[in-house]
Amino acid sequence: MKSFTYERPTTPAEAAAAVTRTPNAKFIAGGTNLLDLMKLQIETPTHLVDVNGLGLDTIEATPEGGLRVGALVRNTDLAADARVRRDYGVLSRALLAGATGQLRNKATTAGNLLQRTRCPYFYDTAQACNKRQPGSGCSAIDGFSRQLAVIGTSEACIATHPGDMAVAMRVLDATVETVDAKGTQRTIPIADFHRLPGDKPEVDTTLRRGELITAVTLPKPLGGVQIYRKVRDRASYAYALVSVAAVVQPDGTGRVALGAVAHKPWRMEAAEAELPRGAKAVTDRLLAGAKPTHENAFKVTLAERTLRAALNQARA
Amino acid sequence: MKFDTPAGQNPIDQLKVVGKPTDRIDGKYKTTGTAAYAYERHDVAANQAYGYVLGAGIAKGRIRGIDTASAKRAPGVLAIVTTLDTPRLGRGRMNAAYLFGGDAIQHYHQAIAVVVAETFEQARAASFLVRVDYAPEAGRFDLAAEAPSAPPAPGDSGEGSGHDGVERVGDFEGAFAKAPVTLDETYTTADETHAMMEPHATVAAWDGDKLTLWTSNQMIAWHKGSMAQILGIPAENVRVDSPYVGGGFGGKLFVRSDAVLAALAAKAARRPVKVALTRPLIANNTTHRPATIQRVRLGATKDAIITAIAHESTSGNLPEGRPETAVDQTKLFYAGANRLTAMKLAHLDLPEGNAMRAPGEAPGLMALEIAMDEMAEKLGLDPVEFRIRNDTQVDPNKPERPFSHRNLVGCLTLGAEKFEWARRKSMPGQVRDGHWLVGLGMAAGFRNNLLMKSGARVRLDRAGTVTVETDMTDIGTGSYTIIAQTAAEMMGVPLERVVVRLGDSDFPASAGSGGQWGANNATAGVYAACVKMREAVAQRLGINSADAVFAEGEVRSGNRAVPLGEAAAQGPLSAEDSIEYGDLSKKQQQSTFASHFVEVGVDVDTAEVRVRRMLAVCAAGRILNPKSARSQVIGAMTMGVGAALMEGLSVDKKRGFFVNHDLATYEVPVHADIPHQDVVFLDEVDAMSSPMKAKGVGELGLCGVGAAIANAVYNATGVRVRDYPITLDKLLDRMPDAA
Repeated sequence: MKSFTYERPTTPAEAAAAVTRTPNAKFIAGGTNLLDLMKLQIETPTHLVDVNGLGLDTIEATPEGGLRVGALVRNTDLAADARVRRDYGVLSRALLAGATGQLRNKATTAGNLLQRTRCPYFYDTAQACNKRQPGSGCSAIDGFSRQLAVIGTSEACIATHPGDMAVAMRVLDATVETVDAKGTQRTIPIADFHRLPGDKPEVDTTLRRGELITAVTLPKPLGGVQIYRKVRDRASYAYALVSVAAVVQPDGTGRVALGAVAHKPWRMEAAEAELPRGAKAVTDRLLAGAKPTHENAFKVTLAERTLRAALNQARA
Repeated sequence: MKFDTPAGQNPIDQLKVVGKPTDRIDGKYKTTGTAAYAYERHDVAANQAYGYVLGAGIAKGRIRGIDTASAKRAPGVLAIVTTLDTPRLGRGRMNAAYLFGGDAIQHYHQAIAVVVAETFEQARAASFLVRVDYAPEAGRFDLAAEAPSAPPAPGDSGEGSGHDGVERVGDFEGAFAKAPVTLDETYTTADETHAMMEPHATVAAWDGDKLTLWTSNQMIAWHKGSMAQILGIPAENVRVDSPYVGGGFGGKLFVRSDAVLAALAAKAARRPVKVALTRPLIANNTTHRPATIQRVRLGATKDAIITAIAHESTSGNLPEGRPETAVDQTKLFYAGANRLTAMKLAHLDLPEGNAMRAPGEAPGLMALEIAMDEMAEKLGLDPVEFRIRNDTQVDPNKPERPFSHRNLVGCLTLGAEKFEWARRKSMPGQVRDGHWLVGLGMAAGFRNNLLMKSGARVRLDRAGTVTVETDMTDIGTGSYTIIAQTAAEMMGVPLERVVVRLGDSDFPASAGSGGQWGANNATAGVYAACVKMREAVAQRLGINSADAVFAEGEVRSGNRAVPLGEAAAQGPLSAEDSIEYGDLSKKQQQSTFASHFVEVGVDVDTAEVRVRRMLAVCAAGRILNPKSARSQVIGAMTMGVGAALMEGLSVDKKRGFFVNHDLATYEVPVHADIPHQDVVFLDEVDAMSSPMKAKGVGELGLCGVGAAIANAVYNATGVRVRDYPITLDKLLDRMPDAA
């Protein structure tokens, strides 16, 4: 990796200020993704601002009856929290479906939201990739695209958001809390947090330069049956081909978000109105306008069938 | 020692040590991290620098120029050697790809430079500053597109069993046309990478014109010879040392660019240099198991006797590369009067295809054993019974040539009984367990037993310690332990009194590790050296060697009993010999046999396939150490799960490379994919194989597993997938109604 300087501030605003004032600086928390990318020079920060000393590692009840999850709460701890397990089962299950025990011990809530795509062309620096090197082109579109996005894609990029946690947070309507260098706080609905690639695939989220995530807030519990179904080629330690986060109420209504089909967790409230009519009605609506490649067209069918499995499980 | 008549009674038959389930003697070093692998040999040479290998970013073409100016100025950089600095170097005898030198790019991630620096991080950082000017050329990357025009190709697996491009017995076409029941299907297998845990790695140091390589390699004598050939130096100036190897699977049969570039870099930097290949380079810089397209045709009578059998395979490789010998087993496995086998080889500009665990048989059986399952169904016959009915005790191409020992039928019947095969529903899609469709499948397994000359030296000291030295390697297989068991049995000492030293080219040349030939041949070489040592001991002690009994640390003759160490009282004894083979394997066919039984569940909605139970029954001669042999077989079965369900290098047919070149994207089974595995070894010996009466087992465990899984998936779902790996996207559209 390229040499870099390093500092460890003690308050969130200081951290935000450090990244704002230093060109080419980045925050580092668990480092489970950033360090790998730095070794490959896909990320080349010249300054790292280590946020591990900021606290931000508690899970607290909110006055609204929800939970405020500190940015630095580790994935393992969040998944194991008794309140999360009781009231937000979809989130606990999504976390446990991701990575491995070792990685979850290190990975943080905020860092998980910010993990970058796993498109293999993003990782191979000899290949064109608009996300890695804007304007260089996209090798994936006519290359090996089996894992990649089927909807919300652009001519510049068909990468997916690779995570599981964010899919559950999307179905729960979580909000992302941030602070900037001036100490100004902002609340971003999770739906607006990740963006579609459009003609700027290098930008994954709507965070502004130097803006630091301090917490993710979960609204009051939804009840219902909460399911996270992750479909993959092997039983563990693999990215999803398709995942479904679902909260199904006894009356058959509910919420659904899909993972591994788009550049962001994929949810449309309008599609959820179709839930009583079954999985196909929902995914027909949710994936209307999908533009899969020859290699990943199966994801459309798989999404429907995975949702069907989830709904069957909810009824059982 | 020449082995040219069947083995009679010998000291190994005592089975006091050999044949007992024995913990591996190197286990404590591996579990405590004190077994130093190549990249960890910090102590062997002072002042080691780090080399980082740069791979080509195009698949085919030329390099117009390489600009190293800013890389050379980077912190810590000691030297940079580029492919333009040296003419194209030679290559090993069994390789198609050139490893370094010259401006031509043959394949993606071909090594084009090595950057040497004080630290690994500095070398890697500087490598990003190297600017390469390429002149790309169009290449051929699509096997299916090239297959129709591919010419017939003779070839061998690089591990021993060769044959012509087309072989015929009787009149296949005539018999096939007349057969009342026929099958004609095409199957495909994917490119696979070895994905061993330990990357290719080498520390190289020059002392004048003498080169030492501390490396990770399966075949020490080949390595030494190839290295001399590649660098154009005398073989006696090369020493290779590889005592521990963290997996090879055929990927470390040959010299790879880590060793060549470590040597060149050490010369340029005038310091010892260590080099490891990164994961992406392992997929595209080294060798891989080539993809195949296989057509199988079977014709049978109504009572299920095969009358016509044809197996044709097309694979691709670089010019001068070899075909994947996927039709090998079909010459020998089943009876049938009219036979055709053929191989075609397409020119591809992908990385070199070469041996991976059970080359030929592994992909060949993945096709043939689905075909047998399909044919059994057409005949309305149980697939176990169909195989039994077409068993042969002779080489079908040469009926005068029997198998030395063949108990495939025993494997099949015992396996069926243990697995409760009779409970299988022959109609697919009948068994449901919650959201799982459950199916059973089986396949037969076959892998030849290969005989290779193998040498060893045995030393005895006055303490009665027996030291064995051979350049045999232990690639995680248990070689240390079975060699110690052999020496302990032969010299009549407990295991603890034997020291085994492996992997050094200064030791006598052995068979090495490959083609599942290591165990039988290497221990037979140790046997030969021990026979000589027993004679030397008897002579020193004035005992007639024919009367001497070596037991419990003593040499006994009549009423006399002398501690073994006494023979070395006047000085240590040393004896060296090799096992060399006559023509027994020409007179009789030596092979190993297995049956594989598998139960799978297929998710009724998502078509995810998960293996629920596995059983292998193996007939492979004497099992020297049932514990390490079982480890070999369950590891191979796991590899079979990978090949059947998830492993496949994804070819970018436009840009010409394997895209999923790391362990995040090239998925191999994890623990959660592997259920309980049962392994049974038939109690048998094969006196034609060697004085050990053993045969190979490490590759047999893989042979047939993939097809057994494919057949179980069919039994579960009624969906026949003929293209590996059987990922859910190939099932999804054809899944039965979930209801």
